[in-house]
This record gives sequence, structure tokens and C-alpha cells, in this order.
Amino acid sequence: MSRRYLLWFAQEYLDFRLAEMQSILSMLKIEIKYVEKSYNKPYWIVELPSESCIKKIASRSVLIKSCIELWSSANTEERLHENLKSAMKNDSGKWIVESVTGESNDNHICHSSLLTVCSDPSKSFKIEVETFCKHFSMKEKVEKIELFSYLPLEGPVKLNNPDMKFSYIEFYGVDPNNVPKQPEQLFFGRWIVDGQRDLIQALSLKKRNFIGNTSMDAQLSILMANQAQVTMGDIVLDPFVGSGSLLVAAAHFGGYVWGSDIDFMMLHARTRPTRVGQKVRQKEESIKANMKQYGIESHYLDVLVSDFSLPLWRNDLKFDAIITDPPYGVREPTEKIGIEKENYTLAEDYLPNHVPSKVEYGLSHIYSDLLNFAATHLHIGRRLVCWYPLVRSEFEASQLPSHPCLRLLASSEQVLSRLVSRRLLTFEKISDAVPDVPLDPNAAHHNFRRAKKAEEIAINNIRRAQKVSNLK
Amino acid sequence: MKLITHNMLTSKCLKGVVTGYPLAISATNIKVTEVDFNPDFIVRIIPKIDWEVFWKAADSIGHSDGLPQTVESKLHDNNDFLKKVHRVLLEVEIDEGHLTCPESGRQFPITKGIPNMLLTEAENKFAMLLKSANDLYHEVFAPMPRQI
Ligand SMILES: C[S@@+](CC[C@H](N)C(=O)[O-])C[C@H]1O[C@@H](n2cnc3c(N)ncnc32)[C@H](O)[C@@H]1O
Repeated sequence: MSRRYLLWFAQEYLDFRLAEMQSILSMLKIEIKYVEKSYNKPYWIVELPSESCIKKIASRSVLIKSCIELWSSANTEERLHENLKSAMKNDSGKWIVESVTGESNDNHICHSSLLTVCSDPSKSFKIEVETFCKHFSMKEKVEKIELFSYLPLEGPVKLNNPDMKFSYIEFYGVDPNNVPKQPEQLFFGRWIVDGQRDLIQALSLKKRNFIGNTSMDAQLSILMANQAQVTMGDIVLDPFVGSGSLLVAAAHFGGYVWGSDIDFMMLHARTRPTRVGQKVRQKEESIKANMKQYGIESHYLDVLVSDFSLPLWRNDLKFDAIITDPPYGVREPTEKIGIEKENYTLAEDYLPNHVPSKVEYGLSHIYSDLLNFAATHLHIGRRLVCWYPLVRSEFEASQLPSHPCLRLLASSEQVLSRLVSRRLLTFEKISDAVPDVPLDPNAAHHNFRRAKKAEEIAINNIRRAQKVSNLK
Repeated sequence: MKLITHNMLTSKCLKGVVTGYPLAISATNIKVTEVDFNPDFIVRIIPKIDWEVFWKAADSIGHSDGLPQTVESKLHDNNDFLKKVHRVLLEVEIDEGHLTCPESGRQFPITKGIPNMLLTEAENKFAMLLKSANDLYHEVFAPMPRQI
């Protein structure tokens, strides 16, 4: 008999939810049935084979806030209580699902066995009230709780560390500017487990020993490790490792991590400190020191200074995951590059006619390179997860980087401004057959130009915004 | 740099170099740092290791004591053996020194445990340009850390 759960999500990164869930499910080999799965609402209703499945999922998901064994749901308060009362009498061992509005299955009534196992008088409990998109005082919440006194919960109420926690949730829609008087949907159930929201704080950049100006925040890094299905003992590479932020999450989930980057100063933490108010770098700042800080030093293999456009590893070395945030461009003319006077000669080397071929290769072909590399160096069935910048209006799924040995599984969009976004691409290696395909120079070029355009627009926007705020 | 890394590295980045493997190690400073032992990981990594290269590398820096010259699968159940491999593969680190390409003799420095596989001065300078790329990146894609 499968069990029905309410998954409550953080209301952000909506475009990443399904991708994260699918990655976690296939990694853990868990079958799910989606009973209700909307894009905009912060909850899904799902069926899973057992409670241990939901616990495993929650042990990985950073987008899930909490998981609740659903007892009843309804679209009015009266109806919710009626449904719960019917549940107490529902001995069929099955769920009753009804549609009141005729549009969706918005009435859920569980079977009585879920309630009876909770009636043990020796088990303490508490009921928590959560309201989405509307605020209630403590007193109002207590009043709401008292309405549940008919439930067959025989144990004592205990506010700290009860044996069982129940959740009553009122959902007032997702538009804070247009909150209805009555809740749109209501839920009641037994709390099972929380997702990994606390990990965002635990791995926060704010408290991290070494960060750079390209460090990825903890939440997105965790998402990437999930997309890449990193588990205990995996070998993970970030070939554009920078300050190593992606490796922190990968190592947290048990990956053994290698990184490489062309920037010697970054790997040696000799760049300007990133933190406001910090004048000099601490002596012990490094990717390795970060790993030590989080108690995962044993998962740090090494970082190397090297140019990704040139071969570095043994041909036959295979990784379990490649997660990375590639560079997407260099400021071109001197002023835009913002290099100080003494570096002018360098910048001139850089002007289009004089671009040294390797540099050109390194930047404009980075995605072709990355995909070829993944096709060669990933184990079959394992994943490449990387960011890809875009001008939103120009997005076409067919234009995303592709490779015959790699299957695109997800491309979740993070909107950065009205015009610019980046997508988190997840590829799975499906074949060893074509280890290296010749570059399609046009495709790569196209990507590069797009990226450049994205960056120009973004920068102009930022400049404009800065001007405006300076005037104020 | 740990020996697990050395075991995977080549100098194929050099023009004209075909295999660039294995690199010779010259160490002026070696560190040994204890880290958690995970026998499952060691068992999983052994098939990826070129054992002869591993043994010779360990020997060349004076850490081959007790490490068998060949590896047999029956050793996978032997905890002492796995611990020894763990130690030499993951705990012994070349902190300062250099790697030498077996074909061209070209040297790559290792400083503070980090090998530098970049080719020329010019390309080292290119790395400086990246700083500006990174600043740009920071403005556009990751404006957050600066407020930290
Ligand atoms: C967007 S940043 C990645 C930041 C990283 N996720 C972090 O935690 O800081 C891109 C990185 O690619 C590096 N890079 C640029 N060109 C490269 C190349 N040809 N080979 C290797 N690394 C390169 C840059 O130095 C930069 O650190």
C-alpha cells in the first residue's frame, strides 16, 4: 500500500524543483506517483512506497522544506474538518479523493489506520499551524488548533520535542498583493521530516573561510550536487573551480573532489579579499581550509593550476560527476576590461586581431570542450552539471550545447534580470561510442556571442541602475 | 599534491608530448596529514590506479615501505593493506617541489601543495586577465558575496 505525502517547498527556484526531485528519485531508485504537482504553488501531493522513501528524499532535497503524511485536505475550513472526521470512519484502507470544484482532486480523505496508530496514550504530540501568504497572531493560531479537539490523539500535548508533530496548513495563494479572505486550500497531516534548508545556513558563504568574487551560494551549490547525483565515494571534478564553492556541496554529500583553474592567484587565495571590510587575506585561506572548516577534509583530493583547453588527465580516467560554472567571457576593449594602466600591453594582445589562438580557443569553445571532455571522462550513466548564460528573449532549447554522447536531462532557468538569465544544464552520459566529436565552430561561436551579448546587456543595466542610485 | 593526483596527471598539454606520463616527482617538502580512512573508497579507487606508477612514485619520495609492488584483489579484504594504501595515496602530500615531463624534461612547480601546469609566462599573464573576467562575473551573475 503506497502512502500519500504533502511535500512543502521553499517558494523559490521553482524551475529547479522537478529537476531536483527527478535527480534525487533516480539516484535513490525510488518510484513516485504525482497526485498533484503544480509549478507555482509551494506544495505537491505525491505517493511513495514507504515512509523511509520520503526520509531519504528529504535527506537530499534542498528545495523541500518539510514532508507531511497527508491526512486530509480541502478547499474550505469546514470541509477540512468534515474530511478529517470522515477519515476517522474510513476503514476501507484506501484514500477517498473527491472533487468539489470539478477542476482538481482537491479533497483528500485518508483511511482511519493512519489516525489510529497515533492514538497511543503514551505518545506526546503537538499541532503546528502554518499559514502561507497571510499572518496570524499566536492567539488566533491557538484558536485554530483547538478546533481539532475531536481527533483521537490520546497522548499528552508537549511543545518541546513531542513524539509526534502534526501540521495544519492554510494556503492563501501565492500572490502577496492579492490575498483572499479565506484560504484557497487547507491541509492536515503528520509531520515526517524536514528537507535540507538548514544546510544552506550551515554551508553559507557568510561564514566560509575562503570565498572569491565568483563563489556560488550554498543553495545553488547543493542543487548542483543533487543534479549531479553525488553520493558517498564518488569522484567529482570541477574544471573551473575558482574558490571551490561547488566542491563544498559535492564533498558534503560524500564526493571526493578535484578541481582545476587557470587562475593561480585564486587557487593560492592571493586575489583581493571579497568580503566587505576585509583588507588582507587570512594566512590559511584556501579551498582545502574550507573543507577542513566543514569537517570534510578527507574528501579533498587536490586542486591544480591548469588551462582547461589543454589536456591534463590520463585518457582513461573516469569521473562520477563533473560540476562546474564555466567562465563566459572577458571584457574586451581596454576600458571595459578595467585593467590598470600598466597592463595596457596585455590588453592589446587581446584585441580581436591579435588574440592568441589558445586564448580564443579557451573562451569561445568552452562549452564544446566541456561536453567533449565529459563524453570522454564520465562514467556511463553519470552526469555533467554546468551553468549556461543566456539572453532570455533569444532562448531556444535547440540552441543549447549538445553532444551525441550526452543527453540533456534538465535546463532550469535562474532569472537574473529582465533580460538575462542563466540555466543549469544537466547532462547524462549515455554512450561511449563517440569519444570525441569535431567542434562545430559555428555553434560554439554562436553561444559565445550570445553570452557576450548577455553580459553586455547585463552590464549596461547594472551601470544604469548604479547611475540612478548615485543620483538619488 | 597527493599521490592519487600524481597517478592521474599527464603533461600532454605540452606541444609534441604524446603520453606525458608518468611525471617524475622532485620533492623539497613533504607533509603527512591524517585524514579519515574510508576503506570502501580505497577499494573503489584501486582499479583506477596505475599501480606500478603509484609504487614507483611512493618509492621515489621514500614512502613505499610496506606497500606491495603488485596488487591482487584478495588484498581488498585486508584492512592493513587498505590503510597503507590510504596513507600513501591520500595522506602523503608533496608540499613544495616540482614535476618533470618524462618526454620533454619540462618542469612544473608545486607550491603550497598546488601543482602549476600552466605553460608559459604569457599564459600566466592570461590568468591575470581572468581576474577582470571574474570581477565581471561577480557583477552580473553573483552580486551577492560582496555584501558579505
Ligand atoms: C565562474 S568562475 C567559477 C567560480 C567557482 N564556481 C567558484 O566557486 O569560485 C569561472 C572560473 O573559470 C576559470 N577559468 C577561466 N578560463 C579558464 C581556463 N581556460 N581553464 C581553466 N579555468 C579557467 C576562472 O579563473 C574562474 O575561476
